[in-house]
Amino acid sequence: MKRRKFEMAAVPGNVARGVDDRFQAATPLRRLLNKVFPDHWSFLLGEIALFSFIVLLLTGVFLTFFFEPAMTEVIYNGSYAPLRGTPMSAAYASSLDISFDVRGGLIMRQMHHWSALLFMAAIVVHMLRVFFTGAFRKPRETNWIIGSLLFWVGFLAGFTGYSLPDDGLSGTGLRIASGIMLSIPVIGSWVTSSIFDGEFPGTIIVSRFYIAHVLLIPGLLLALIGAHLGLVFKQKHTQWPGPGRTNDNVVGERMFPRYALKQGGFFMVVFGVIALMAGLFQINPIWLFGPYEAWVVSAASQPDWYVMFLDGSTRLMPAWEINIPIGDGYVIPPLFWPTVVLPGVLVGMSVLYPFIEARRLKDYRSHNLLQRPRDVPARSGLGAMAVTFYLVLALSGANDVIADKFNISLNAMTWGGRIGLLLLPPLAYFVTYRICLGLQQHDREVLAHGVETGIIRRLPDGRFVEVHQPLHREDGELEYVGWVVPKKMNRLGALGPAIRGFFYPIEKPAEAPVSPAPPVDSDTERSEITSGERR
Amino acid sequence: MTSDNDRRRGLFARLRGRPAARSRGRRRLGAAVRLLAALMLAGGAYTAFAPSVQAQDTPMSGVAADGKALFNESCVSCHGRNAQGVEGRGPSLVGVGSASVEFQVGSGRMPMVRQEAQAPRKPPVFTPDEIRQLGQYIQELGGGPELPPGEDLHEDGNLAAGGELFRINCAQCHAFGGGGGALSSGKYAPTLKPASDRQIYAAMLSGPQNMPVFGDNQITPEQKADIIAYIQENLNHNQDPGGFNLGRYGPSTEGLAIFLVGIVALVFTTLWIAGKS
Repeated sequence: MKRRKFEMAAVPGNVARGVDDRFQAATPLRRLLNKVFPDHWSFLLGEIALFSFIVLLLTGVFLTFFFEPAMTEVIYNGSYAPLRGTPMSAAYASSLDISFDVRGGLIMRQMHHWSALLFMAAIVVHMLRVFFTGAFRKPRETNWIIGSLLFWVGFLAGFTGYSLPDDGLSGTGLRIASGIMLSIPVIGSWVTSSIFDGEFPGTIIVSRFYIAHVLLIPGLLLALIGAHLGLVFKQKHTQWPGPGRTNDNVVGERMFPRYALKQGGFFMVVFGVIALMAGLFQINPIWLFGPYEAWVVSAASQPDWYVMFLDGSTRLMPAWEINIPIGDGYVIPPLFWPTVVLPGVLVGMSVLYPFIEARRLKDYRSHNLLQRPRDVPARSGLGAMAVTFYLVLALSGANDVIADKFNISLNAMTWGGRIGLLLLPPLAYFVTYRICLGLQQHDREVLAHGVETGIIRRLPDGRFVEVHQPLHREDGELEYVGWVVPKKMNRLGALGPAIRGFFYPIEKPAEAPVSPAPPVDSDTERSEITSGERR
Repeated sequence: MTSDNDRRRGLFARLRGRPAARSRGRRRLGAAVRLLAALMLAGGAYTAFAPSVQAQDTPMSGVAADGKALFNESCVSCHGRNAQGVEGRGPSLVGVGSASVEFQVGSGRMPMVRQEAQAPRKPPVFTPDEIRQLGQYIQELGGGPELPPGEDLHEDGNLAAGGELFRINCAQCHAFGGGGGALSSGKYAPTLKPASDRQIYAAMLSGPQNMPVFGDNQITPEQKADIIAYIQENLNHNQDPGGFNLGRYGPSTEGLAIFLVGIVALVFTTLWIAGKS
C-alpha cells in the first residue's frame, strides 16, 4: 500500500470544498463577502456602540461569577479596612469583594461601567449623525425607531446595573426611581409595590433587577441590535452623493477582506480605549458611598450621564402641585411632569419624527443618498434645538457640582436653567438655520464664480478685485449636487498632491511638491506692475 | 361682690379693700419706694445668680492682652469693641470660644476680604502664636468651646466607625469624597482636603458659617476622633484604587470624561480608519 503524500497547500481548498459539498455555502457566502459598504468616518459611529456592547457582555459575564444578588444582611470582613465590621447587604459585600479581593475584579468592574457609558454615548452620537444627514428617511424609518428604542432599553440596562451594587449612591437612585413611579396618577402605588414587593426598599429589588439586568434587558438589546443590523444589511447602507454615487447603487468597499479587517481593527481600538479608561480613571467608587441606608444621602448624588437630563428636569421643575378635589382629594405631584411625562413625550417625538417630516415635506420617496446638514436648514435647526434642550437639562442635572466648583450660586444655576431651557433652544434653531443658509449661499457662490485664489488685482480704475479660479471651463453655472464644493486652491491641485499619512507622512513625494517657478530672464529689468493691461 | 368699679382697680388695691384717701405726694413717694425696692431685688438676684463678667472684673492674662491688641487692630472694624459685634457687619464673638477663633483665623477665613455669602479659605494672615493670643482673648472674654491640645487628634480613631459617622453626618454637604458641595444662595460646604485635624475638630465644635454645631453631646470626642481618622486617612491620604479619581465629583465628571476622552479618541479613530481607503 502506497502512502499518499500529504499536501499542506491543498488543505484549505479541500476543507472548503468539503464544506461546500455538504452545506452548499459558497453561493450565499460569496454574496455576503462581496457585500459593499460605503466608506465615511461618520458611518463608523454606530459600530462604537456595537463594540462597546460586546465588551459589556464579556466583562458582565465575568462579574456575574462573583456577584451575589441578595439583600440578606452580612457583616463585611474583606480587605477594605474602612468598612470592615459594617453590616451591609450581600450584594454590596460581593461588589466590594469584586473590587478588592477578586483578582482583576476592579478593572473588570470599571471596564463594564466605562463601556456602559460609552455604549450610551456612542448611541447618541450615532443617532445625531443619522438625524442630521437624513438617514432616517424612507425606507429606514423602522431602523430609526429600533435605534431610539435601543437608547431607552440601554437606559434601563444602565439604571438596573447602577442599582445592583446596593451602595449609597445606587440606593439613592432607586429611592428617586420609586418616587417617580409613585408620582404616576392612579397606578403609581400599585406599580411601586409590585416592583419593590411592598414598600421601598423591600428585600427583593436587587434580585429582581439582577435578572432584568443580566437576562431580560440584554436579551432585548441583543434582539434589537440583531434587527437593527439585519435591516442595515437588507436595506443597504446610505451613502453620500458624489461621483458615480446615485440613489440606486452602493459605492464602497467589499465586506471581505477590507471592510471586515477594518472593523476587526476598530473593535480592537474600542476595546483598547475602554480598557485604557478603566485602567486610568476611577469610576463609581462604591466603597466611598458605603452601604445604602435610607438616612444616608451624599452631596453630588447624580445618576450616570444619560439619566442626568431627568435629574435636571426635576431640579428645574417648579413645585407646582395639582390638587384634584374628588373624594378625599387627589394630588398629582410636580415630579410627575419632568420624570414621566417628559420622557414619554421625548420617546414619542423621536419615534414619530420620520413620519412627521415626510408628511410636512410631502416627500414619500425612498432615499438612499444622505443630505448635508446645511441643505436642510429646518431639520438641522430642529436638531440643534433638541441638543440644546438636552444639554440644558443635563447640565442642570449636575448644577450643584457646577455651582460649587465654579463659585456660582445654586439658586442662580436653577433659574439660569429654567430660563435657558425656554430661551436657548429657539435661539439655537435660529442660529443654526442662518448658519445653514450662509453655508448654502457660499457653496452656490463658489460654484458660480470659482474658488478664491488669494491673488489681488488692481483694476485700471483703482478698484481691487480678487482673482477667482472658475470650477468649469464654459460659461454658465455648475449645478449643486449635494456634496462638498472645493473651496480652497489646494483642493484643486494648486499645491501639488497632498502627502498621504494621518499622523505622519507615509510616502515621500516623487518630485518637488511645488509647481516650478516661471523661468527668469536674466537680461530683462525688473519692472513695477502698472495699472496697464499687462498680465 | 366685685363691682365694675372694683374691677378697674389693680389686684393689690382690691385686696387692700377700699382705698383711703391719700395725698398725691404720698402716692408718688410710695411708687418711687416700690420701684426702688423692685430694682434692688432684681439687681441683687442678678448679682447673686448670674456669672460674673470676667472681662470687667478679673484682670486679663498677658496672652489675652496681646490678643486684645491684635483684635483691636484687625477685627474691631466688623466685630466691634470688646467683640460685641456690629449690626450688619459682624456677629458678636462673646462666647464663641477659642475653637472658633482657631478655625476661622487658622484657616484664613478671617479676616474676611469682603462681605459675601461665605468666607473662603485662604492663607492665614496671622502666625500660630498670634492665633493663640486671639483665641485666648476671645476665650477669656466670654468662654465657649475649646480644643483639646495636640496636633494629631485622630490617633485612636476607628476608620469603620468614622466612615459610618461621616456618611451619616458629613456627606450630605461635604459629599462622599470630602470634596465639598453647594448649598443655597452661593453658600457651600468646603472641601476637606486642606483641613488639619484641629480645624476639623474646631469646625465640629463651633459650627462655623453654615455648618451645624456637633457638640460633645451629639458626637462624643471619641467619635470625633473616628471621623477625623476617616477623613484624614481614608479620604485625604489613601490613594484611589481605581486610578485618577476625576475629582470625586460623582457621575458628572465621569459623563464628561466619556465624551472628552472616549468619544473624542474614537471619533479620531474613525477619521483615521476611513481616511485609509
